[in-house]
Amino acid sequence: MIDVLYFAWVRERIGVPKERVETEAPTVAALVEELRAREERYAMAFADLSAIRVAIDQELAEFDAPLAGAREVAFFPPMTGG
Amino acid sequence: MAEIRVQEGPFDLGHEINRFEAALSGAGAVVSFTGLVRDEGGRLQAMEIEHYPGMTERAVAAIAGEAERRWRLAGCLVIHRHGRLGPGERIMMVATAAPHRADAFAAAEFLMDYLKSRAPFWKKEHGASGETWVAARDADEEALRRW
Repeated sequence: MIDVLYFAWVRERIGVPKERVETEAPTVAALVEELRAREERYAMAFADLSAIRVAIDQELAEFDAPLAGAREVAFFPPMTGG
Repeated sequence: MAEIRVQEGPFDLGHEINRFEAALSGAGAVVSFTGLVRDEGGRLQAMEIEHYPGMTERAVAAIAGEAERRWRLAGCLVIHRHGRLGPGERIMMVATAAPHRADAFAAAEFLMDYLKSRAPFWKKEHGASGETWVAARDADEEALRRW
């Protein structure tokens, strides 16, 4: 089980800010594939991965990063602070 | 050690600078930057700022820690708001203090460049024609390369 968080337009497309996901996905990319296969709203949100950033346990990560031991994964668009 | 605050409510710039200066020792220069909500020629009604509680504080602390490693700083303050803000409202501020101004200016610019694209905040503009998420600009990413 892993907590998956969504922010900004990724959250709006998927329709929830957070959910618990039962997964054995070895990497972030594999988790994205599982989510995409679930429902159209996930496929829409993850249509263009170049527009999405990922964090594992609140640290920026890459899509090929391993998920072993991760408690929390977050998906969001490029950040616009300041 | 940098002071970092992520908050919904407004802050008083004069009060924050006075407090920041009063706590310093060994500083000869203080630089501050304040970011405001642009009114976009009257088209903007509100700016909504979303963030990732927990990661935001960690990311900002890491950025401030890096600034403290690179420059000789006597103090460093970052305040960033979230929630719904009106045109002209303050979004955020940074203040840096150093023995001499070059370090204070450089560190403040470094903090701003990194807060822009490495701290988990997202801005949404509310206007007469609807809502739009502000897109990150290539120039923001380019700005990191000079450091």
